[in-house]
Amino acid sequence: MPPIISVQGLNKTYASGFEALKNLDLDINTGEIFALLGPNGAGKTTLISIICGIANPTRGTVTADGHDILTDFRQARAKIGLVPQELATDAFETVWATVNFSRGLFGKAPNPAHLEKILRQLSLWDKRNSKIKALSGGMKRRVMIAKALSHEPKILFLDEPTAGVDVELRRDMWEMVRGLREQGVTIILTTHYIEEAEEMADRIGVISNGEIILVEEKTALMRKLGKKQLTLSLREPLANVPDSLAAMPLTLSEDGRELNYNFDTEQEHSGISELLKELDSQGVEFRDLRTRESSLEDIFVGLVHGQ
Amino acid sequence: MNLYSVRAIYMFEMARTWRTLLQSVATPVISTSLYFVVFGSAIGSRMVDIDGVSYGAYIIPGLIMLTLLMQSISNASFGIYMPKFSGTIYEVLSAPISYVEIVLGYVGAAATKSVILGLIILITATFFVDYRIDHPIWMFSFLVLTSITFSFLGFVIGIWADGFEKLQIVPMMIVTPLVFLGGTFYSIDMLPSFWQGVTLLNPVVYLVSGFRWSFYGVSDVHIAVSTGMTFGFLVLFIALVWWIFKTGYKLKS
Repeated sequence: MPPIISVQGLNKTYASGFEALKNLDLDINTGEIFALLGPNGAGKTTLISIICGIANPTRGTVTADGHDILTDFRQARAKIGLVPQELATDAFETVWATVNFSRGLFGKAPNPAHLEKILRQLSLWDKRNSKIKALSGGMKRRVMIAKALSHEPKILFLDEPTAGVDVELRRDMWEMVRGLREQGVTIILTTHYIEEAEEMADRIGVISNGEIILVEEKTALMRKLGKKQLTLSLREPLANVPDSLAAMPLTLSEDGRELNYNFDTEQEHSGISELLKELDSQGVEFRDLRTRESSLEDIFVGLVHGQ
Repeated sequence: MNLYSVRAIYMFEMARTWRTLLQSVATPVISTSLYFVVFGSAIGSRMVDIDGVSYGAYIIPGLIMLTLLMQSISNASFGIYMPKFSGTIYEVLSAPISYVEIVLGYVGAAATKSVILGLIILITATFFVDYRIDHPIWMFSFLVLTSITFSFLGFVIGIWADGFEKLQIVPMMIVTPLVFLGGTFYSIDMLPSFWQGVTLLNPVVYLVSGFRWSFYGVSDVHIAVSTGMTFGFLVLFIALVWWIFKTGYKLKS
């Protein structure tokens, strides 16, 4: 299946001379959840803004569902729903009026049944006659999602969807995003919360300084870049790491009761048995051991800093 | 043409009007009525007729023109400035609509409101002043054309403005003085000849004169000149809007 979004050689240079995107290529597969990770100012929002028609590209092409976003903007944009990062709503409108407006704005005939379904899914149905200004922050966020879904898009952009949203609501939102994917909607989300990408995404792209530095299946990424850490809880605290072990990647906790050993799961030779033998010969006893896989966050920090 | 989109923007803007009925309709009607009371009923009876028209009746076209200009500009500018200010403009920019459709929605709604206001004021005036309309079709055409033209200008101002203060500057500092000095309250024949020449540089003179001609058949400048000037403004402001969208000026980075 051809990619639902294809970005080729995309450049964006702002009037100030700042190069926000540098020759960026990216394909989004139909029906996937794609998480775009990157530090502040990396170009995440610029990329989304260009695809959605809010900013003009300096160079390069983008197609959405096969339609060029510039020459065939009507077809392209009709396929896309956008939930921007900033909470921007018409405070004096009712929830119902605003989703109705969005549907019309995107050129669709009125369909109260569809809007009702969306508002129910987002737990906004009871609030349909409330003015938006009377809603909480989390509800406003959901109103923006409802607006983006009002015209039945095939592609949904969520720019930092859970920023400033409490834990419970975040879980609900993840649930909703999964439900949308089951209905065949392709979802592209940007996030600061690595946990979110780890939990949700099928594939992950990392953007830094306007360039995509990595695109990978989430599971493959975590396996490939995955580091593991072995933690040994010692029976007696140590003052320092024994000299004979100094060459190994070991760290001692401050109270001297825990010894941490970092190893790479992909390597043939983890060095764990040598470590344990040496500890035994040194007479260091331990009462517990555990291993931990590195999270996406560790991977991410490693990537961006290693650049 | 994406009619659902145009309708959505148009209805949204009209809903804003009805929501703020007191401010958007009652205020201009009341303030204009005060002029009718003071200059029409009270002082007007002591003034001599101008061009054979009683003073109270003479000022009606100019006062309606004042309202049309002010309301068209402030309505259209506010309509497009608010989404920029609140950030909701993202939705309009990301929608599958052309610039023509965006303008039709915003400018169309602002002009509609001005026309409605103009007609309300015209009706209100009958309570205070006796007046006649010699050329009703011309009168209505001028009403509509002026509303559309200056709604375009308002749209330009709304995009140019980056603060509420700038929204007020043009209507208050430029349009109001031009209307007051543009023959709303007097015929320019009454001015010394030097000032008559200066006054002809004021574009509002042509609008007021043409509009007054449609009421009483008297005018300071020929009706053809007035009509030409009005269309001239329309073309100028449309060109500005076209340029804004072509360059993305202050709308797109």
